[in-house]
Order: sequence, then C-alpha cells, then structure tokens
Amino acid sequence: MTKPGKKFSRVRTIWLVLLGFIGLSLLVAALLRGNDVILFSPKGLVADQQHRLMVISTLIMLGFGVPILFFLYFFAWKYREDNEKAAYSPHSDHGKFFTFTLWALPTIIMLILASLMLPATQKLDPKRLIESENERLTIQVVALRWKWLFIYPDQNIATVNYVQIPVDTPVQFELTADETPMSSFWIPHLGGMLYAMTQHVNWLNLIANTPGDYQGSAAEINGAGFAGMRFITRVSSEEDFKKWVNDTTLSTNELGTSEYASLLMPSENNQAAFYSNPEPEIYSNILSKYAGGHQQYAGSTEHKVTH
Amino acid sequence: MREFLIGKLNADALPHEWFTIAGSVGFTLMLLFAVGLITYKKRWKWLWNEWFTSVDPKKIGIMYFIAGGFMLVRGGLDAIMLWLQQSLSSGSSHGYLSADHFQQIFTAHGNIMVFFVAMALIFGLINYIVPLQIGARDLASPFMNTLGFWLYVAGVIMVNMFFFLGNEYGAAGWLAVAPLSGKEFSPGVGMDYWIWSLQISGIGTTLAAINFIMTMLKMRAKGMTLFKMPLFTWGSLCSMAMAVTVFPLLTMTIFLMFFDRYFGTHFFTTTGGGNAMMYTNLIWMWGHPEVYILMLPSLGVFSEVVSTFSRKPIAFYKSNVFGMIGISTLALMVWLHHFFTMGAGADVNSAFGVATMIIAIPTTVLVFSWIVTMYKGKIRLTVPMLWFLGFIAVFALGGISGVLLAIPPVDFQLHNSLFLVAHFHSTVVGGVLFGIFAGLAYWFPKIAGFRLNERIGRYAVWSWIIGFFVAFIPLYVLGLMGATRRLDHYDASTGWQPFFIMSLIGGIIIAIGAALQIVQIIASFIQKRRLADTTGDPWDGRTLEWSVASPAPAYNFAVIPEVSSRDAYFEMKKLGISKPTYKDIHMPKNTASGIYISIFAFLVGFGFVWEIVWLVVVSILGIIICLIAKTFNEDSEYTIPAEVVEKMEEHQADKVRAFHKDDDEVDMGLLEFIKIALSWAWRLVRGKR
Repeated sequence: MTKPGKKFSRVRTIWLVLLGFIGLSLLVAALLRGNDVILFSPKGLVADQQHRLMVISTLIMLGFGVPILFFLYFFAWKYREDNEKAAYSPHSDHGKFFTFTLWALPTIIMLILASLMLPATQKLDPKRLIESENERLTIQVVALRWKWLFIYPDQNIATVNYVQIPVDTPVQFELTADETPMSSFWIPHLGGMLYAMTQHVNWLNLIANTPGDYQGSAAEINGAGFAGMRFITRVSSEEDFKKWVNDTTLSTNELGTSEYASLLMPSENNQAAFYSNPEPEIYSNILSKYAGGHQQYAGSTEHKVTH
Repeated sequence: MREFLIGKLNADALPHEWFTIAGSVGFTLMLLFAVGLITYKKRWKWLWNEWFTSVDPKKIGIMYFIAGGFMLVRGGLDAIMLWLQQSLSSGSSHGYLSADHFQQIFTAHGNIMVFFVAMALIFGLINYIVPLQIGARDLASPFMNTLGFWLYVAGVIMVNMFFFLGNEYGAAGWLAVAPLSGKEFSPGVGMDYWIWSLQISGIGTTLAAINFIMTMLKMRAKGMTLFKMPLFTWGSLCSMAMAVTVFPLLTMTIFLMFFDRYFGTHFFTTTGGGNAMMYTNLIWMWGHPEVYILMLPSLGVFSEVVSTFSRKPIAFYKSNVFGMIGISTLALMVWLHHFFTMGAGADVNSAFGVATMIIAIPTTVLVFSWIVTMYKGKIRLTVPMLWFLGFIAVFALGGISGVLLAIPPVDFQLHNSLFLVAHFHSTVVGGVLFGIFAGLAYWFPKIAGFRLNERIGRYAVWSWIIGFFVAFIPLYVLGLMGATRRLDHYDASTGWQPFFIMSLIGGIIIAIGAALQIVQIIASFIQKRRLADTTGDPWDGRTLEWSVASPAPAYNFAVIPEVSSRDAYFEMKKLGISKPTYKDIHMPKNTASGIYISIFAFLVGFGFVWEIVWLVVVSILGIIICLIAKTFNEDSEYTIPAEVVEKMEEHQADKVRAFHKDDDEVDMGLLEFIKIALSWAWRLVRGKR
C-alpha cells in the first residue's frame, strides 16, 4: 500500500539533495574566484610534493569511498519497506570468504596509501637538506611574543616579521623560541609547518621556485598576540636578494643586547623591522639559556654554556 | 588573616566584564526561576528523594541527559560567538571580542562539548540502556554511579564558576597546551578553573567507567555470553575499557600541571629542565583515545538502529565486534599524529602514520557491516535511521580528511589549520553527536513511555545535516587557503571573510536544528497520550530492553530472562513467552553520600583555585569522613514483594492486551505546534488558565 504522495516526496528528496550539493559547490567556487587557494598553488618544491601527495591520496580514497557511499544510499532507497518489488531475507548469514573480503578491501587500500606515504615521509622530512646547485642559505628563526625574529648569520643581518630569500636556493630555517610558548612556523606557499620551541632547534628545509610575496604565520596558539604574529616571505632574484642584504647591512639599527631585550618584551601586531650587525652569539646564547647542561645545538661550534 | 580566610579572593574577582556580568546574571535568574518553580509546586522533597539521591541508573541516566542537554546549549552559544567574531573581524574591523576573550571562548567550547556534553550524553545512554540490554536490575555499584554523576555536576559548576568569581577562564585551548598553560604565561585563575573542572569530572568518569565494566562483565543475564551481547553494549564496553586505561593518565598529567602552577615544580615549564613536549605527549595519549571513547558507543547505537530498522540481525556480528575492539586497541597507539609537526624524525612519524591508517580498516569494516545489513532488509526511514544516513555522509568526509591528516608530509601543511578543525568536527559531530541523537530518538519511548514526534524530528535532522555542510565545507576550504585555527582577526586581503560568513550561516542553520529538537520534545509531550508506547516494543525491537514496559519499571526485569541467542528478545517473540513465577526483588536504597562527597570535592577545587588552605583541608577531611560513614551503613537495600511485582506486571500485560495499533499519522507538524503555543500564550495573557 504505497502512498503515491510519499513516493513522490522521496524522489524529490533525492533530487533536492543532489541540487543542494551542486549549489554548495557552485557557491564555494564563486566565493573562491580571485582568491589564492594557497595549498593548491605551491611555490616551492616541498609544497608542490606535499600538494601532489594530498591530491593523489584523496583521489585514491574517493575512488574507494564513493562506491561504498553509493551502495549504502542505494540500498537505503531500494530496500525501503514500501518497495514491494525488493527482495527481503530476514537472515544475515555470510560465508568466510565474504568476511575475509570485508577485511581485505580496506587493508589493500591502506597498503597502497602506506606505500605512498612511507617514502614520501622520508623524502619530505623537514630535516632533510634539499639538493641544489646553489649554495644553501641558513636563517635562524626565533619565536618571540608575538613576532618572528630572523637572523642571517652569514649575511650578518637580522629582521623581524619579514624574511627575504633568493629564488631556487635551498634555505634551512633553524627554529627555536625564547620566553615564548610553543609556536608553529608556517609558510604554506613553500611547505609545511614545524614547531619553534625553547630548548630545541628544529630544522626546516624549504626552497622557493617563484618570486613573490607570501604570507607566513604562527599556526599554534601561543597567547594573546597569536593572530597578529604574521610575517611576509619575499622570494626575490639572487641579485635583488644581495642588494637587499647590502642595504640592510648599512642600516644604523643594530641588534645588540639591549635591542634584543626590548624584542623579548611581549608586543602585538609588529611591523617589519631590519637590523644590521646582530650580536654574533645571540642565537647560541638563546639556546644555552635553556640548556641546563644539555647542549643540543650543534650548528655553531664556538658558543659558551652559561647558566 | 584576610589572606588566610579568603585566599586570593578580593573585590576584583566579582563580575565586572560584560560577559561575566551577563553570565552570572543569566545563571542566577535561571536558578531563581527553578527554585521558585520547585518551591511553588512543593516539589523539593520529591526531587530529593526520587531524583537527587536516587541510585537507579535509569534516573541517573535521565539526569545526565538533562545536564548534558543544558551544557550543549551553553557550548553551542560559545560556538555562535566564535563564528560571529570570525565573520566580523577582518581587516580594519576587530570584531566585538578581545583576543583574550576569544581564546577563552574556544577553550571553554572545546572543554564543554567534550567533557560536559558528549561524555554526559554517552553516560546517560549507557546508564539507561546497558542494564536493560544485558538483563540486569542495576549497576554493579549503585553508589559509585551516583557519586560519578554528582562529581560530573561539580565539574559542570566549576567550569561555569568563573562567571561569578574570577572573570576569566583558561585561554590555552581545550587541552591547555604547555608551556602556555603554565604559571609563566597564564598567571590567572582561569587555568585553575580549567584544571579543577576537568580533575573533578575526570575522577567521576573513571569511577563510572569501572562501574560500567564490572556491570557488563559480571551482571549479564544467564546465557548471554560475550558474543551474544548487543552491539551497543559492546561499543560501551570497548569505550569504557579505554576510559579506564587513559583517564588516570589525564588525572596524573593535570596533577603534574597543578604541581607546576602551585608548588613551582618544573615538569612542563620552559625553564628549570621542564619539558613541554612531555605534556603534549601525555595529554594526547589521553586525548586521542578520548575521541574514540565518545565514538564507540555511538557506533554501537548505529549498529542497533540499522539492524532494527532493516528488520534484520546485524551482518558480520563478529567482525563488527572485532572492529570495535580493534579501534579501541589501535586508538591507544596513535597519539603522536597530533604533533607530527613537533619535530620527531621521519621514522617515528611514519610509524604513527601507519598506525593511524590501520584504524581506518576496522572503521570501514563497520560501515560494510551496516551496508550488508541493509541489503535485502525492510528499511523504515524513521528519525534514528535518518540520523544514521546523515552520519555516514558527514563521517565519510571526516574519515577521508582524517586519513589525509595521517600522512605526515600532508599533515605538515594541514596541521593547525581550519582544515583540521573541519576534520574533527566532521568526526565528532557526525560520529558522536548524531549517534547520541539517533540513540535518543530510538530509545526515547523506552525512557519516557512515548515516542518522539517524527515529523518535526525529520526537520531537525535535515537542518543539522544541511547546516553541518554549510558550516564546515567553508572551513575545509579555508584550511586549504592557509587559514590557521583560533584566529580572532585576519587580514582582509586573504579573502577569507566570505567563507567565515558562510560558515556562520551554517552555524545558524544548526542552531535552528537544535531549536527544532527542543520543539520536537515539547510537541511530543503535548501529544504524549497519542504517541504512547503501550507495548514497550514500538519498533519491533530485537534486544532485551524492548521486552519490558516503557518506561522501564524500577526493577527493570520482573524475572531475569534467560538468553540463548543474539537478538534475544526477537527470538523470544518468535517462541512466545510463558508466564513466569515472581519472587521478591531486592533493590539498593537511595543515598545522599554521593552529593555530600561531590560538594566537598567541589570545595577542594574551589579552595585550590583561590588558595584557601583551610577550605582544602576541611573539605578533604569531609570527603574522608563521608566515605567512612558510608561504610557503616549496612542497611542499603529494600525489597519489592513478589505480589507487588506481579500486580505491576499484570497491569502492563493488560495494557498490552487492550492495545490496538492505530495506523494514522498522529504526529503534529510545525504549524499545528505554533498554533497550540500561540493559543497557550494567549490564554496566559488573558489570565484564564
């Protein structure tokens, strides 16, 4: 005794759901116009490989998941109680083979994903140095409340909330923090994030392949000024980089002990700042401040341990 | 002297921020209204004797539902405030909340939703349903049950206490990441309220979990072997086994944090050899399993719902059970995936990435088990079944994004972004909340004696599902656009604002869904005679809880049934039930000890928050004295004579015999509800009652 009205409404529901999904996708697409979907427009080798891995894994899972969803909703519709044409068997007896398949199918999918994941995890380990013809640039990064301090030990300059790097040059960021809760250093255009913590150095290796200005942020909650702890990453040509370094070296603004002490004071929404002649041992001093007898920083050899 | 008497308390602690004034006034008005109503109706004695001191798991379950539902509204308001701030605060506009206040709200939102909503509703379901499903009359330790509930209530009060005294809640995220949560960076009392609300309710949870495990293992009806247990009970068993494993870890971790803050130790500080990474590890060793503690009972609910409404026994019962056992075991071994980005090497990250992916296998097996159950079934698309279908869509999204996040290199890009936020809301809203709603709709007739209004229920389901996608799809997109979580402000040039606004609209649709659920419950109460469940078996159920009257009598089963197969009641219905012989039933007496102990536990926490030493000492002594006094009480049982049981059972049997099924659609729609509500309001205004 199917009621015609009900049958109609069920078909209508299916259409409405489909229309809803299409509408939602169109709306999202419209809102996206003119905006940068950063993770889908990588500007460096690491971000590019992470993006590819993300897309491939998603497609594999969709290929597996969409048919499952289809069957689930199809059965829910087909075996509805008022469908008299559908078969009904009140028992659920299934053989061993079926049970085996049940477990084997997702296992196979996960094996495929794991076989993609394991080599990629090794290859994209943030510590791993990126090979290139160009010489590696080292930048020491200190998370402060609530700004990022960048020290260029080889160029003898330092910046706040601004970092400039030459294109196609591997960069090693050496991340730590001073008197600041755990912070996360993230330049999504170039690659994934890593934590900056007191007592520790984390090495994040990135490389950029396209000049431009990219946003950088703190991605882990670390106090009141968290949202404003952003910086600009400028990727420029080698020449522009050298010119910028030269200009900055001429700055009268030097990063001495007293300037660093004022940077240590909490402050929010800081503008970019540029310093010449950073105190040479500033970075190793920050680390030894927390070392407590354990020295974990091996990058610089001439530092003193002070308590 | 003053410091001795009231510790750090001073006039500054009184509400002076707009939100604490609003909160304290709001809570006070609600409290006055409740007290006034109870006094006017002269219901104090009834409330105390029948409810507050009750050890009946059914009543404790209902109290968990009420408290949890109340906190759901509270946590939902937080969510709307967060959404509103993020929609407004772009570019030159900084919204209406300060950064600090915004951070307090998302901290409270997370704590409340996990500890005081999801846990409470899950415990409510387990309390009411598990004893009925396994053929038990009450829990293994009725006293521990009431104590656990009242400790939870003490936690609820503690988490809202800052409205009245202190003006701030913790602002370090729901897990209070160290060292941000240490004294160095969070000197205020907000973090202390965080510590003590979790500590007190966490101990309640541990007690409740031990009690449920004992009950499920030792008090099953004769013949109900483990592999004949209903799947909701299985899900609850797995969940509670995990809770017993990891909640002591949470308690200890928070104690270490407490030592750091009060006694100046250096477990998690930046200086003095403290190691904040240790805190991150410890808290996630609890935090990850916690999600599955909430989810497993819900998965069990879905198994029951699919089986009943497909009119088929669950397919692959054993695979389903081993799937849940697998999930609960594996979930203990994956905590590190919450911080791949903290700098562990590639090998460590790989190991935890693989472990995380493996969890997807048993989870998929559960989905297969539901699909095959539906295959060749006779499916009734009732409200619980609609929740199930909605859950699958939402959970699939959460599952796929979850496996994506389990891949360390991908996680480096998505971690701490709004993509992550969207992911865990997909799993927790879909996998936990929808499961609880399905369970409530499914068992409501058993709990209340009448079923819920189906029509308005369907509107609520649809609002929730549509609202969910409108609210969280933008968050996935925002994550891909590089938006980190927990931002109280962002640049206009990012182009994020339209998505935040879209998400807010989704949130409003969800709120409409929640409002419709309240309307649904009220409408069902109005029509309660017509929706009455006379037989105790409104859905043609399969498990033992449907074999007793609705609502279940105090003693649950007049005669403890003997079980010979899975879906025990379905088999009994086929064979027919012979007339039993009744015996005297011994039931536990009410006790108020749980309330007294919880009051003292609350005062211990309060004393520590404000550093009032005498209060702490006195309250700890109070707890010990209450516990000792309880052991002297030998007279803890009362008897229901066999004649009374027989009379009650006969009465129920008469009702069932007189019952004839009415096929008409009786559920009122929204329009009819509004009409009734308006006419009531009109009569109230005119003063004619």
